[in-house]
Amino acid sequence: MLLFILRRIGIMILTALCLTFVVFALTNLEPNLEKLAKTQGNVRMTDEQVATWLEQNGYTDPMLSRYGQWLGVFPGWTREDADGKISGRCISRDVPADIAPQRCGVLQGDWGWSTVLREEVSSVIGKRLGLTGILMFWVMALMVPMALIMGILAGMREGSRLDRSLSTISIATTATPEYVSGVILITVFASSAVGLKWFKGTATSAMDGITFENFTLPVVTIALYGMGYIARMTRASMTEVMTAQYIRTARLKGVSFHNIVLKHALRNALIAPFTVIMLQIPWLLNGVVIVETLFNYKGFGWTLVQAASNNDIELLLGCSVVAVVVVLVTQLISDVGYVFLNPRIRIS
Amino acid sequence: MEPMSWGAIVLQILIQFIPVWIAMIVMFGVSFAFRRKLGLYGQLFDTMIGGIGFALVIFWVFTALFADMIVTHDPLVQVSGMKNKLPGTPVPEGTAGFGYYLLGGDNLARDVFSRMVSGSTIVMQIAPVATLFAFMVGITLGLPAAYFGGTLDTFLSFLANLILAFPVILLFYLLVTPEIVQTGLPTYMAAVLFLFPILFLVVLWNSRYFTQPTKRAVYLAVTLVLGFWIYLGVAWNADPLGLISVPPNILIVFVSVVFVNAPTVFRIVRGIALDIKTRDYVAAAQTRGEGPWYTMLWEILPNARGPLIVDFCLRIGYTTILLGTLGFFGLGLAPESPDWGSTINDGRKLLSIYPHPALAPALALMSLVLGLNLLADGLREESLKD
Repeated sequence: MLLFILRRIGIMILTALCLTFVVFALTNLEPNLEKLAKTQGNVRMTDEQVATWLEQNGYTDPMLSRYGQWLGVFPGWTREDADGKISGRCISRDVPADIAPQRCGVLQGDWGWSTVLREEVSSVIGKRLGLTGILMFWVMALMVPMALIMGILAGMREGSRLDRSLSTISIATTATPEYVSGVILITVFASSAVGLKWFKGTATSAMDGITFENFTLPVVTIALYGMGYIARMTRASMTEVMTAQYIRTARLKGVSFHNIVLKHALRNALIAPFTVIMLQIPWLLNGVVIVETLFNYKGFGWTLVQAASNNDIELLLGCSVVAVVVVLVTQLISDVGYVFLNPRIRIS
Repeated sequence: MEPMSWGAIVLQILIQFIPVWIAMIVMFGVSFAFRRKLGLYGQLFDTMIGGIGFALVIFWVFTALFADMIVTHDPLVQVSGMKNKLPGTPVPEGTAGFGYYLLGGDNLARDVFSRMVSGSTIVMQIAPVATLFAFMVGITLGLPAAYFGGTLDTFLSFLANLILAFPVILLFYLLVTPEIVQTGLPTYMAAVLFLFPILFLVVLWNSRYFTQPTKRAVYLAVTLVLGFWIYLGVAWNADPLGLISVPPNILIVFVSVVFVNAPTVFRIVRGIALDIKTRDYVAAAQTRGEGPWYTMLWEILPNARGPLIVDFCLRIGYTTILLGTLGFFGLGLAPESPDWGSTINDGRKLLSIYPHPALAPALALMSLVLGLNLLADGLREESLKD
């Protein structure tokens, strides 16, 4: 078991390194750097000036060396001007050359500077992740119980009318991506022209204080899309358990249907949905980006879009590190959790 | 002129879709009459869910085909005074086309109805073909990974997991931004990805007609000549005859969608092939002395068709959602393109005041994806029966 977890963690670290390197390479391509030089320096820079700017700021090192510096395993670059002024990756106005650390990268907690939001990347990401965390918490709190109940009710009696209608509902919700359900929900519940005007069509005010009025629509929009899939997986797992021999035995012994479902079937039927719910989190990340853009809620997804569309290299790198880590950690938890929850695998 | 009433609007929309209704009635009549001879496709009409799903999908396929006959106005033309007008508003005198905007005008005074209809053409051009390409890539890599196992399997699975661990939106932003396009990366990716269909077909014919050299030569020659002609035109935009070319925007969108879908297909194919590999008929083929590629492509693949067809339907729907996502973030396609995602993106800024420009494409996209999902569900049920 321990060996299994250690191997999984090893693969995870390797994957994280590969992915961050790909993102690093793609965001640090020649045209991106040129654009960065022009936004940081002067829009009308000549090609020569751009080249000197890039050289002065350490962007001319080979890609792998720069990746190592960003990661914090290689010492940061330093260079001395003709007049003896020392500049370097880890040297800034607040940190003079004599006390500057040798390495400063992601591993040392130095995530860089966001050129668009004009703030430390680590503080931007911390703040935005907090906002998204609140959103995700409410999504999970709504989505998971609803999906499990739907799946169990549908899978309890396969082929019944309840099963048919619940299955159709879950197919319909999986067929409705967030940007479609968001538009429909806003039109119905928030539009000032035709709608019911129950809720607000933006969640900007939810960043200061969450109310039922401003947070319902974003939460429901994300939860709807993820719900159908989890419900279908729960249903599949439930129908499989309900045809098992031990359920038949219990029924023949005269255990009531109510007790069979709650005491015998449920525990075994919930192993598969656990994996599905964990694997659903990376998908929710997609939904979060869309919903935060649609409802103008300035969380992590919104930041990612801003960073990507404004060529904010270090912020984008920070966002992708977080996103990749979230995906990989949920994968790890789902794998380990599956083994842990399933006695047939755990004991062998 | 008076604005049209809602009843009149619905009636007029139904009239506009007449070519689609006729085509659907013919198609359903013929299919229903011969449904017992049509195998899995015919059985589809036995279930309610499969039938409804098929009807929705076919509706959008025919809409895409007959889009030029259905639209009431040019989807790109702006008519002054029609900005954000409500459904059924008459257009000013002397404007070409129908006398009203059936579903109103958008924020640039274009006809929402016509844009929705022509949006279907774009989706239908990209989604099924991109899914097919993703399947070709996934099958060509997934079968050997499962069949040979070992280092090849470990390496390919690691690669697939790597791509799958990438947040989709981040990948899109990284691939589709102008800076990356400038470096030519999408073209190189297209060059690699588009080789797979040719490779797939070559191996397919080669393993099948290995013992009939003349037939093999003919098949291979036709595949290679046609394949590389299309390949040059599509991937490199260098068709020597100048007949085939794909706009660079569409190519990039196409490549990123294939790239995102292929690893999932790879995993599915690999999983099914691992299961089928242990069957007796595979062992029989190996004992007969069939080569590995024949066993993979002509013994394992045909027996994996059930789940693959079901997944194909689901995946077209998913590709449609991805295309919409790209459009929603204004990535890839031209800004004024009438595809559904971009139209929703245009309409969302004024959503609480004028919902109609975003609502029409949103409902269209939903009905198509719903149709594909129901169709897949019906197919799954039918293919499980035997």
